[in-house]
Amino acid sequence: MATIYVDNQPYEVNADRDLLDQCLGLGFDLPYFCWHPAMGSVGACRQCAVKQFKDENDAQGRIVMACMTPASEGTRISIDDPEARDFRASIIEWLMENHPHDCPVCDEGGECHLQDMTVMTGHTYRGFRFNKRTFANQDLGPFINHEMNRCITCYRCVRFYRDYAGGRDLHAMASKNHVYFGRHADGPLESEFSGNLVEICPTGVFTDKSLKAHYTRKWDLQTAPSVCAHCGHGCNILPGERYASVRRIRNRYNAQVNGYFLCDRGRYGYEFVNGEHRIREARLREDGGEPRPARLEAVMEHIGLPLGDNRVYGLGSPRASLEANFALRTLVGTERFCAGTSPGDHHLTGMMLDCLRRGPAPSATLPEVEQADAVVVLGENVPDTAPRLALALRQSVRRKGLELADRLDIPRWQDSAVREVAQGEYSPVFVLTPAPTRLDDFATAQRHAPEDLARLGFALAHALDPDAPPVTGLSGDSQALVETMAAALGGARRPLVVSGTGCGSEAVLQAAANVATALGRANPQTRISLVAPQCNSLGLALLDPRSLDTAVQAAEAGELDTLVVLETDLYQCLPRDAAARLLERAGHVVTVDCVHHDTAARSDVVLPAAAFPEADGTLVNNEGRAQRFYRTCLPGGPVQESWRWLQALTAVSPANEAAHWHDLDEITAACAALTPELAGITRAAPSAGFRLAGQRVPRQPHRYSGRTAMHAGRTMHEPMPPRDRDSALAFSMEGYPGDPPGALIPRYWAPGWNSVQALNKFQSEVGGSLRGGDPGVRLLEPREQGTFHDGIPDAFEPRPGQWRIVPLHQVFGSEALSALSPPVASRAPAPHVALHPDDARSLGAGDGALLRVGCLDGTPLPLCLEPSLPRGVVGVPAGLRAMPGPVSGDWSTLEVVEPS
Amino acid sequence: MDTPLTRNIRADREPLDLKGYVAAGGYRAARRALKSLTPGEVTGIVADSNLRGRGGAGFPTGKKWGFVDMSDQARHPKYLIANADEMEPGTFKDRLLMEGDPHQLIEAMIVSAYAIGARFAYIFLRASYFLAARRLRAAIREAYDKGYLGNDILGSGYDLDLRLHVSAGRYICGEETALLTALEGRRSVPRAKPPYPQATGLWGRPTVVNNVETLCNVPHIVNNGARWFKALSRTDDGGTKLYGMSGRVNRPGLWELPMGTPAREILDEHAGGMRPGLNFRALQPGGGSTGFLVAEHLDVPMDFSSMAETGTRMGTGTMIVMDDQVCPVAVMRNLEHFFAQESCGWCTPCRDGLPFVEKTLQAFEDGDGRREDLDRLERYTRFLGPGNTYCAHAPGAMEPLGTGLKHFRDEFEEHIRRGGCPWSA
Repeated sequence: MATIYVDNQPYEVNADRDLLDQCLGLGFDLPYFCWHPAMGSVGACRQCAVKQFKDENDAQGRIVMACMTPASEGTRISIDDPEARDFRASIIEWLMENHPHDCPVCDEGGECHLQDMTVMTGHTYRGFRFNKRTFANQDLGPFINHEMNRCITCYRCVRFYRDYAGGRDLHAMASKNHVYFGRHADGPLESEFSGNLVEICPTGVFTDKSLKAHYTRKWDLQTAPSVCAHCGHGCNILPGERYASVRRIRNRYNAQVNGYFLCDRGRYGYEFVNGEHRIREARLREDGGEPRPARLEAVMEHIGLPLGDNRVYGLGSPRASLEANFALRTLVGTERFCAGTSPGDHHLTGMMLDCLRRGPAPSATLPEVEQADAVVVLGENVPDTAPRLALALRQSVRRKGLELADRLDIPRWQDSAVREVAQGEYSPVFVLTPAPTRLDDFATAQRHAPEDLARLGFALAHALDPDAPPVTGLSGDSQALVETMAAALGGARRPLVVSGTGCGSEAVLQAAANVATALGRANPQTRISLVAPQCNSLGLALLDPRSLDTAVQAAEAGELDTLVVLETDLYQCLPRDAAARLLERAGHVVTVDCVHHDTAARSDVVLPAAAFPEADGTLVNNEGRAQRFYRTCLPGGPVQESWRWLQALTAVSPANEAAHWHDLDEITAACAALTPELAGITRAAPSAGFRLAGQRVPRQPHRYSGRTAMHAGRTMHEPMPPRDRDSALAFSMEGYPGDPPGALIPRYWAPGWNSVQALNKFQSEVGGSLRGGDPGVRLLEPREQGTFHDGIPDAFEPRPGQWRIVPLHQVFGSEALSALSPPVASRAPAPHVALHPDDARSLGAGDGALLRVGCLDGTPLPLCLEPSLPRGVVGVPAGLRAMPGPVSGDWSTLEVVEPS
Repeated sequence: MDTPLTRNIRADREPLDLKGYVAAGGYRAARRALKSLTPGEVTGIVADSNLRGRGGAGFPTGKKWGFVDMSDQARHPKYLIANADEMEPGTFKDRLLMEGDPHQLIEAMIVSAYAIGARFAYIFLRASYFLAARRLRAAIREAYDKGYLGNDILGSGYDLDLRLHVSAGRYICGEETALLTALEGRRSVPRAKPPYPQATGLWGRPTVVNNVETLCNVPHIVNNGARWFKALSRTDDGGTKLYGMSGRVNRPGLWELPMGTPAREILDEHAGGMRPGLNFRALQPGGGSTGFLVAEHLDVPMDFSSMAETGTRMGTGTMIVMDDQVCPVAVMRNLEHFFAQESCGWCTPCRDGLPFVEKTLQAFEDGDGRREDLDRLERYTRFLGPGNTYCAHAPGAMEPLGTGLKHFRDEFEEHIRRGGCPWSA
């Protein structure tokens, strides 16, 4: 701590930070552009100028940039100094020389940091009477709109895109007052973090193209805290809605989960909510064809008949809330509640849960990942399965450079100096996966078949702890790698093990667990990050479902006559013929889902479920953190949360008396009472009865327009705002105007701060936790010192005529809901298979040849050559909509249909 | 009068080859330093000589070297860089040294690199110095062939590799930290100081960047001692100085003269005075980024300390003379055009402030000058001053403007009064 003087008033500050950071933390309105709390200081824009004085006798002072000045003991500055004020106004005047006066037609208008800062500095009169510079814009793909004339050259975009996120195709080009930020040629921005440019850019250069397609001003958007449904990381988001359509997704800050950034799958996946695949009415199959829209009463009556005995099975969903799964479990009974995932995924997720329960390494929070100083990634292609985690891993490699900077007395916030010292020096990261990853550029990367990955992991654990079982027959190179890894991880202060279900291998997960156990026993700072397939995979696993095989066997044995399918497409869980057979043998199938799919098409009854922005509930992310998401808007029509449908089914089912939940709090409490592990979920967010000064938290901004007019097409009376029984939020612009608890923050706004930069006003310190607490509750803390697994597989041997299948996850396309969003779908790869070029040659197939994969249903797929794949392995994209079905089993035949 | 720097340079500018250079006493300093002096002793001699940086800032060279970590913990490799990116308007002194006596620079770099324990050295050369590039390349090859560069130089155990890097051609590359960034293959944006290059320079390693003329003094100081060097000068700043003069004088040129020779003496005795019919109005003492001196300053000794007392800088010591037949506002507009064009685009005052200045000056020329523009220009000379911008580029651009507004106020007023430029009729 240090004492500084701002306009002669003393303040306690953190001496390890810069003055801008600390002044903003103290609540001062000091304008800035190039500085970003996650990216530090570079001193480019010169907007945060203040007057610094040597001591109390110095009346002269000199202008310094707050962002480039340490908040050291005794520092005396003035923000109000007339010269400093004039200088700051001059900076704005210079920035506005070329900035178009197009605010009324600019997408950024109303949430523009440049607007806010212009008003803040008091620059009101334009003195520049000469011509403006103009640029041509680029087509940057489906996510980002480009309008370079608005650029104020703060360099934030390239600093985020390149330095922070590792992207390569966005550049600062040319010089002087003609610096151009763009690509060498038009084309989609390649990085899966490009959408963050929308929030990084302080003005309207990079704006949200999906928002533009159905544009609404920030002040007209109804927003509520939500959680991303498109991977297991559980990023906190703020969907925005108007006229019952979701318009965009913005980041919701959670220091423990996602900080300032989202991935593009999470930001642009939402369009499925408004899309043609939505189920918006109850459907009934009456004539053997596809189910058709029907009257709700008729549908409910139809369901009522066969329900209510022990021949009803339920398939829970890893993308449905805990509450929905709990309601299903209550409806069908514990014995008949099965996981709506492939039996393999079910098994692996269970192992993952077991690993987190047993320890000794706890799961890592986001800051813990970023602070890891040695990392091993085993089997998981993190950038494609949990992109936000990958972005954090990219920050972890900076530890070495930061320590170098410490040694040279360069403050950590001085970003460019730290990067110049660090240059290419990275802390150790080992990425051992079957296929290339976008972590490879800063890692020691090796490609192996899953069996060999597991062997490396097991051997690493043994090298770290002799109690772990040894691996015999490792090659010299592999042994050397194991020793290098053991030295790096064993010598690290905060080692991190990353793995997951992504490569579908039990042995890999066991090996990762062994490494974490070996490290964790010796070093309590050891952390583990395991990646599950979906947003509530862990939550579903906590409800202890049976495997899908249980339902399949019951159906085969004739013991199943009704199947209730919750938010699951069976055709993505089982091979097509097996899925079809289960549905057929089930006799009566009830599907509750928000989007249409093959299972819904073959159900007898389909009930329309709310999609995540229209629903509330709790999700458990990869970290084991229970997070509440709330309705941003009401879905309209009969659509409602899955748990409400299932409760309605329970009510019509005579066998179940349990379910008397009236609102979210009641069902969450009932679910929490199930096991001690789930007890924490009630604390994940304030209850519906929570009030601040007797008021709810409004979902609508106080400037929300059209309230009295937007329903005029239906009625001239202003309808009463819908009541919300389930949360402390209101579907209204009226309510508590201040700073709510972290889990209830519906938007970032503060007087004078209309842009997302208002977030500074919600944090306890800049870049730290929210003042109202970081949302969510960690459910899983390790209970034991772990045990070592010993299921070491034999070394991988290619088999003649057979190919080891490895799934290739795709950030765009592998997740079912986001794949229905047109912008995301347009970035998904076409179906294909991948082979090592030598393997392809042995088959007589060249690039683009058509291959039939035995375990898929026969549609030939084009071949891509991938030189980094191990020999004997075939890569098959996971979960693509256009693929002919899910991959089952570990091995398959390949047949060349057309050599190329 | 001793002229150590240009002693070997012949009238036809053909440089000595290695043999000739050695015959003329060359590489003695390298031999002496590497074989019988410690790096600390070399730095000590240079510090004692009060050699000050000839690139324009006049920072004491020995002191600059003294910031380099010479302990065993120092990050390696260390680098020495000759800043040969001579793009300051009106400046052509390093060009003569490199074209006329390339081995002098190479020897200087060997000695200087040894003093800071550098393993690699670079000459960062101005893009358009084709002849210098050719001659330096040939000389470096010769030096490698004869064992003056490479491993175990002259059997001393000291290794040094020297490379010539030809700039892509931007003025800002002459700023020492932008030079480093450019040399790393990135956009030539300057770096924030601190940290200084001596702590974290090229590729994050300890680095010293010295001007060519500065370096070329080093072998002579090592050979002849600090006292000799100080005695060359007329003032406290040691040594000789390459003074140049351009503009409409009778004999524009470049001369090696004792440090502290006044401008009037250079103008009258060496440049032969103003051309017939022209009167002296002002001069910039050391390149486009130095302020205007007028007649009353002509007898001030041209050295770093004395020039600083007049409120400007000596800069490179290569003077640009302005006569009474050119419009001073047009001169300033032309200078500001240059600086606006050469801004790297990193910080706002420089990137967007300089074009504002340039366009405002153009407005005076076009007859659209307004009285409030003068206030704005005056304000900008402060707002674009040292500390307010990221590097010294914009403050340098403000030196001619600031002094110009002071000395040529009447001429600005005249532009407003006449609704145009009085000289352009």
